[in-house]
Amino acid sequence: MTPLLSVKDLRVGFGRDPAKNEIVKGVSFDLAAGETMAIVGESGSGKSVTALSINRLVDFGGGKIIGGSIKLTRADGNVLDITQAKEPVLEKIRGSEIGMIFQEPMTSLNPVLSIGTQIEESFRLHRGLTGKQATAAAKDALDRVRIPDAARRLKYAPNQLSGGMLQRVMIATALACNPRLLIADEPTTALDVTVQAQIMALLGELKRETGMAMIFITHDIGLVAGIADQIMVMQAGQAVEQGTLGEVLDQPQHPYTQHLLSAVPHFESGRAARTDFSRKAKETPALDVDGLVVRFKVKGSMFSRAQGSVHAVENVGFDLMPGETLAIVGESGSGKSTTARAILGLVKPTRGRFATHMGSITDATDPATQMVFQNPYASLNPRLRIDSILAEPVIAAGGRVTNETRDKMKALLKRVGLPEDSLERYPHQFSGGQRQRLCIARALMLNPSVVVLDEAVSALDVSVQAKVLELLVDLQKEYGLAYLFVSHDMAVVERIAHRIAVLYAGQIVEIGDAASVLSNPQHSYTKRLISAVPSIDRRNQHFEIDTRQVPSLVRPPGFEPPEAQWREFGPDHRARAEA
Amino acid sequence: MCMLRAIFSHPSGRIGGTIVLIYVVVALLGLFDLTPHYPLQQYRIDRLHAPSVVYWMGTDLFGRDVASRLMKGVGQSFLVGVSAVALATIAGTILGLTAAWFGKLWDGLVMRIMDVLLAFPAILLALLIIAIAGPGTWTSVAAIAIVYTPIFTRVVRGPALSIKSREFVDAARTFGSSKSYILTRHLLLNLVAPLTVQVTLALAWSLLTEAGLSFLGLGTQPPASSLGLMLADSRNLMETAPWLLIFPAVAIMISILGFNLLGDALRDILDPKTRSRTA
Repeated sequence: MTPLLSVKDLRVGFGRDPAKNEIVKGVSFDLAAGETMAIVGESGSGKSVTALSINRLVDFGGGKIIGGSIKLTRADGNVLDITQAKEPVLEKIRGSEIGMIFQEPMTSLNPVLSIGTQIEESFRLHRGLTGKQATAAAKDALDRVRIPDAARRLKYAPNQLSGGMLQRVMIATALACNPRLLIADEPTTALDVTVQAQIMALLGELKRETGMAMIFITHDIGLVAGIADQIMVMQAGQAVEQGTLGEVLDQPQHPYTQHLLSAVPHFESGRAARTDFSRKAKETPALDVDGLVVRFKVKGSMFSRAQGSVHAVENVGFDLMPGETLAIVGESGSGKSTTARAILGLVKPTRGRFATHMGSITDATDPATQMVFQNPYASLNPRLRIDSILAEPVIAAGGRVTNETRDKMKALLKRVGLPEDSLERYPHQFSGGQRQRLCIARALMLNPSVVVLDEAVSALDVSVQAKVLELLVDLQKEYGLAYLFVSHDMAVVERIAHRIAVLYAGQIVEIGDAASVLSNPQHSYTKRLISAVPSIDRRNQHFEIDTRQVPSLVRPPGFEPPEAQWREFGPDHRARAEA
Repeated sequence: MCMLRAIFSHPSGRIGGTIVLIYVVVALLGLFDLTPHYPLQQYRIDRLHAPSVVYWMGTDLFGRDVASRLMKGVGQSFLVGVSAVALATIAGTILGLTAAWFGKLWDGLVMRIMDVLLAFPAILLALLIIAIAGPGTWTSVAAIAIVYTPIFTRVVRGPALSIKSREFVDAARTFGSSKSYILTRHLLLNLVAPLTVQVTLALAWSLLTEAGLSFLGLGTQPPASSLGLMLADSRNLMETAPWLLIFPAVAIMISILGFNLLGDALRDILDPKTRSRTA
């Protein structure tokens, strides 16, 4: 039988001289109807370019196919070489035979058109449906991706739907004309883990229902275990390993695949949690947070009073010992970043008390607490040299830049693994991982006792992530630092946390030592969160589709939540009692 | 030095840069009276003399050397243009930065005043200011500065707002860096690129505005010379002595073309999105 798609020695280049600037260097694979292939690789590996070449969208990004063939068996049985096809033919194929979903559902939809109009467009173009027929078809498409109350949702604008819902809309659009091949380019990277699990489950079900083939691009090798039949691992434009799911995951041949499988953090349900710290009875905490409340007023119109407020953080309290890591996990909107920012004084808390061992924190200038931000590209001023960047905390603390300061900068740079001549360079001369090391060095300039890491490794490539985590653990042991590690990524949290606090809708719902929380979650939300984490152990596991939404955090003025009831589940593990 | 090389390897930068360089040299020569003849010397016998070896651009109705007056005029326009743009840049940057940083009432107040100023055509607003303050070189400097301040305020406020919410500013706050440190090192330093482009373009406009004001008799006052004034004087003699009109007109045109080309080149060079393509 001829395969649905057969790619032979595909070469793609970019720029004025595509032959010199080759991004994809000879990739070949076959894909049968109904099969799913996962392309796994880090940024710059050419995985997206490979996929975009299949429907020739790569032409619009300045790319050019310079060699090889892409043979697609069309619905009528003819075989078409996509590399040679003309644009009008390609326009017919895109959407009707090859569907595509992108990474960012929030920007893939036009914000001023209703989602109904946007789904109908596909039916109008490829099926010639109009008016009521198109609307009915769009409703069916939304039903198919399990959007409740589809008829009403058709009239919604994209901003009225959550990210997960929008990705469902994107899938509905891509599937509108029953394509025989669906290309999914990191479709869940921008989404929370529980939403990711829902989307993965949906894609699995749709695949079974329609019998379409799928190419799934991802950087997360754990994610594909549940859905792929074949895996292709890409590095620097080449397919370094190809094979069935079992072969690649169980007997990886290429060193890079082995590296991806071993060095990269995978979630192991608490088995990989750190055990190198235990609390002593009488010790002053490095950071003590008690009853932290952050509310943002919802503004009414000019003449009416405030409508209420967003209860972003509600009565959060914890303590953090020197040398200990407390991870705050939760999804977007759970208030985890707001908590971190309130401790650093970037957000004004409504109520609450913090204390370090130096005493109560009164403002942001406490040198005992420092912060490392998520995006290493945005957290360094591009116009300042590294020596000025590292000098800033010293100057801000009222100090002067002396030879001693320079020596300290050099020592710290060496410690975080950067070359000595880095001081005379500018941020753009460093890679993402190196910049994050710079940020860590900057945070350590004032010898802090607490470092707040706000998604500090989330923006980095998986293998770089592992190295930065290692560095953080080493630094913690060396300087006795206390880390407050804010993250949504359970696999990363498992590697660095001693204790975990789970935040949901602005409140801590479960807190305790990492191994206990991860292996034996008690609160229903923690359970849901942990079961959603992708893992290579969970092959072809079926996820239940769960469309529960986070409750609204907007409360009327003067609202005070009821006192929390806690239940103990061990020496250091407690969860909020549920109604 | 790196910047100069970048300008001269950019096609429109090469032309614009050369014109601006020549313009500045001519302006300085004119300002320090290093002209072929004394600009106010009247050679009565050679009135309305056509361009020749002695009088490169001919003479005017009073027998004054047009080339010398033109150099003096270029110097005068340059002085007015540069001082006006310098004032506008300083005022606009301070207003824009503080508006972006403090926000709320101050932002609203500043930006609404700027909106009102921008609602008038440049020359009309300048006329209004001179009508109140009386004509003269320094009132025209003030008028042009006021007219162009809103543009700088807007050019600064927009990017300043976006830089203000970047993480490195948050990072600076967590160290407890002072307001003035953040405003100068983090905000202003990142605004150098858009400001440089804007200054070059504003120089072109302000030269034109200055010429316009002098043409209407509200800028530089005779007997001092200015390009606009020379144009105004030559109108009635257009047919008998066309050189009186042609040379100052061409001078205005070329100088504005030069500054605009240079501004375009700078925009390409300083914009990170186009930098890779031109470099």
